[in-house]
Amino acid sequence: MENLLSIVTFIPLFGAVILALFLRGDDEFAQRNTKWLALAATTITFLVSLAILMGFDASNTGFQFVEEADWIMGFTYKVGVDGISVLFVMLTTFLMPLVVLSCWNVKTRVKEYMIAFLILETLMIGVFVALDLILFYVFFEAGLIPMFLIIGIWGGKDRIYAAFKFFLYTFIGSVLMLVAMIAMYMDAGTTDIVDLLTHEFNSETISILGFSIIGGAQTLVFLAFFASFAVKMPMWPVHTWLPDAHVQAPTAGSVVLAAILLKMGGYGFLRFSLPMFPVGAEQLACFILIISAIAIVFTSLIALVQNDMKKLIAYSSVAHMGYVTMGIFAVNQQGIDGAIFQMISHGFISGALFLCVGVIYDRMHTREIDAYGGLVNRMPAYALIFMFFTMANVGLPGTSGFIGEFLVIMGIFQVNTWIALFAASGVIFSAAYALWLYRRVVMGDLIKESLKTIKDMTSLEKAIFAPLVFMTLLLGVYPSLVTDIIGPSVEALITNYNAALPAVVEAATTATH
Amino acid sequence: MLSADISTVLPELILAVSAMGLLMFGVYTSKDKAAPLILWATAGLMAVLGLWIAVAGDGAQTAFNGAFVDDAFSRFAKVVILFSAALILIMSQDYLAKQNLLRFEYPILVALAVVGMMMMVSAGDLLALYVGLELQSLSLYVVASMNRTSVKSTEAGLKYFVLGALSSGMLLYGASFVYGYTGTTLFSDIVASVEGEHLPIGMLIGLVFIMTGLAFKVSAVPFHMWTPDVYEGAPTPITAFFATAPKVAAMALFARVVFDAFGATVGDWSQIVALISVLSMFLGSIAAIGQKNIKRLMAYSSIAHMGFALMGLAAGTETGVQAMLIYMAIYVTMNLGTFAFILSLEKDGKPVTDIASLNQYSTREPLRALALLVLMFSLSGVPPMLGFFGKFWVLNAAVQGGLVWLAVAGVIASVIGAFYYLRIVYYMYFGEETDPLDRPTSPVLWGVLMVSAAVMVLGIVNMFGVEAMAKAAAVALVN
Repeated sequence: MENLLSIVTFIPLFGAVILALFLRGDDEFAQRNTKWLALAATTITFLVSLAILMGFDASNTGFQFVEEADWIMGFTYKVGVDGISVLFVMLTTFLMPLVVLSCWNVKTRVKEYMIAFLILETLMIGVFVALDLILFYVFFEAGLIPMFLIIGIWGGKDRIYAAFKFFLYTFIGSVLMLVAMIAMYMDAGTTDIVDLLTHEFNSETISILGFSIIGGAQTLVFLAFFASFAVKMPMWPVHTWLPDAHVQAPTAGSVVLAAILLKMGGYGFLRFSLPMFPVGAEQLACFILIISAIAIVFTSLIALVQNDMKKLIAYSSVAHMGYVTMGIFAVNQQGIDGAIFQMISHGFISGALFLCVGVIYDRMHTREIDAYGGLVNRMPAYALIFMFFTMANVGLPGTSGFIGEFLVIMGIFQVNTWIALFAASGVIFSAAYALWLYRRVVMGDLIKESLKTIKDMTSLEKAIFAPLVFMTLLLGVYPSLVTDIIGPSVEALITNYNAALPAVVEAATTATH
Repeated sequence: MLSADISTVLPELILAVSAMGLLMFGVYTSKDKAAPLILWATAGLMAVLGLWIAVAGDGAQTAFNGAFVDDAFSRFAKVVILFSAALILIMSQDYLAKQNLLRFEYPILVALAVVGMMMMVSAGDLLALYVGLELQSLSLYVVASMNRTSVKSTEAGLKYFVLGALSSGMLLYGASFVYGYTGTTLFSDIVASVEGEHLPIGMLIGLVFIMTGLAFKVSAVPFHMWTPDVYEGAPTPITAFFATAPKVAAMALFARVVFDAFGATVGDWSQIVALISVLSMFLGSIAAIGQKNIKRLMAYSSIAHMGFALMGLAAGTETGVQAMLIYMAIYVTMNLGTFAFILSLEKDGKPVTDIASLNQYSTREPLRALALLVLMFSLSGVPPMLGFFGKFWVLNAAVQGGLVWLAVAGVIASVIGAFYYLRIVYYMYFGEETDPLDRPTSPVLWGVLMVSAAVMVLGIVNMFGVEAMAKAAAVALVN
């Protein structure tokens, strides 16, 4: 199977085309067929992607399953995975069937809904496997279109504002990256990511309008990429699109957004920013660590005072992404391992939390925390699952949330103890807002009249949560599953980073004298 | 010598003679009743000529002592012009017939305008340039006001005429300066007479005036004032025509003049082009935000797009010309599809151009809405649509030409521009339910819309070979 990666990438698109061409009508029967077909497509994608995981050789730090073909403008269609990207592919293919299942009760424009998600899956996988700059950009940007439609068509009351904000915010970050990519293309003469990883970009100090820029072109290009990935992550202070988008998006949209789309930013840092512009990264690492620390503390505090459940979880996502950037720019084994682990685990946990909100939203059609209370009396199973993921979000040992945060804090402690202090305080804050949310929604007496008839989770809903619970626990008690795969690649990344640094910095300093 | 000259200009000659023949035919037979026949005949002829030029053209010949140049560059532009004009003619039949505007002069005027454009892109001499430009412009002034009973249409024609005449005057004035300083109007002699890297001051003034005139024709800021009013006032098929073929011709002419006549002094004109490029991109993107009429919106959109195409030119390199040509080809394809869509918008038999009338269009016409969605994202330059690759080409050329600031300004403008394209998507998909529009009936418009949307998606596989053709064209022009 030479084209395994392409097959995995394009099965969902193929499913979408079939849906678009052959399914007619909008009656109940057609809707059910649509959902089953979408489920089949995503499940097949997952099963085929397992073959990638099986065939993946973790000790090989190069790219595997590489495919290459000529494309327009002298670019190549080149895909491949290494230890850093393979798990993101798996995360995407694993979550998408659950996302489709979570839409089982959607009744409006089901066909378009499923097509949008299937196309989105292709684009998301494409981002993680692309090994050509332009191919990466195409996948990265194209994902905005289906997400824009998902929020805009199936979203809540203020969906239009949220959709536009989401689109334009992310777009402006990315176009700067595009210019930087062109500059890289000019410098290196290729858009092949594998070649670019070994290319040494110019880092001589340059001066623009009287400002001398240490690290030169590398710093500028790094900043352009940073603009894109920081918005996508999202990092404080450019995170404001996320709460809006999350609140207005339909449940399935929120799940995809939190669990997968946000990870593209972190992946981008690891694929481009760190290895390609080590001097630029070195210049700005301290700054990024500080805003990550601010993000963790600040957004955790904001999360405390939210009335809307989705908004609360959205802010909690921003805080958790703060750990990710912190881990990445600590640039040591624990830090980066922790960052990747945190991204994977946050994929399961935040996805599950949004699904938890979706469960009660479907019943009561409100996300106001004050509208609930005492749900445990009528929904014991729900209370249990919500409890589990709340704890995982807080980082209880035994769940995957703990491993990620712990590794990151360990990594950052070696770099800067003060920042580690703030990071650790974030753990306490997250416990505060998460547990308080849980108490207000689930515990207490059931006094609200409207809640007296609420029903517990259906077996379908339980079935959706089961794999998520399983994965969260599994990674929590057996983290080597992940760290064994990412370890060698991360180690190679750090070695290259450190090797590139002194030589270049020395050259730069001698050049300035 | 004459026979060789004639054979070089044969396509233009055939089109011009047939246009006149058809005019006679129309006048002496049944007048407007013959209009559909003449329309189809003209469109068919243009398509055949386009094919002929694309297939048979080879190498570079000059005719009439260098006043007329037939090279890969002019052929590329001619093919785009001929095909788009032919398509527009076919697209306009139903619409004009319904509005009682289908006069037999219409296809003939379009054909004459196309002859003018073909001469423009082949011009090798300032006078040939002017003659071609005027033939095109005069025909266009007339078609703009073809709806004689409509105040807006006559206003559009008049405005277009007055401003167009002004720009022609400037161009001519600039040409006289250049003639005065070099003693020749032939591009090849002008370029040979310049020594060093910079133009003498008199020629510089001439260059600036010529570029002003050309900027009018491509509707680049600050010479864009006529565009929104003319687009809005003219009957929609004619707006569609304005947005496509003449733009390609004017842009190709622009490239022809700056490279053939002033190619040795890139630094002198590239800064002017860069400036009008950045102004066009921003004005086009910002001013379109407030538009409620889709035709006015497309006018501003075309201004912004011309800014992007000029960005390729500003780079002053072979890659830049190639990028500009590819951009124009993609731009024309997108506009054909978009106008096919606009032409099919009707309510109770009357054409509609209000954007708000698109509310919830996607629930009634899912396929058309999807096609327009693709075109809108393509126009705003979002991958994976082909429009993105057009933008990428020109940005690439700009960065390569050392104009990083222009590239950065361009991408920021494209984000601002994305807003109004998204607004159309918003009305179609997220809008409130309102009175539905009529069900579109024309299969021609449907076909053009679908094909152009499909090209935007499928074109990313190999661009249908346009890349290589544009490359050959750019090589022919720059070297």
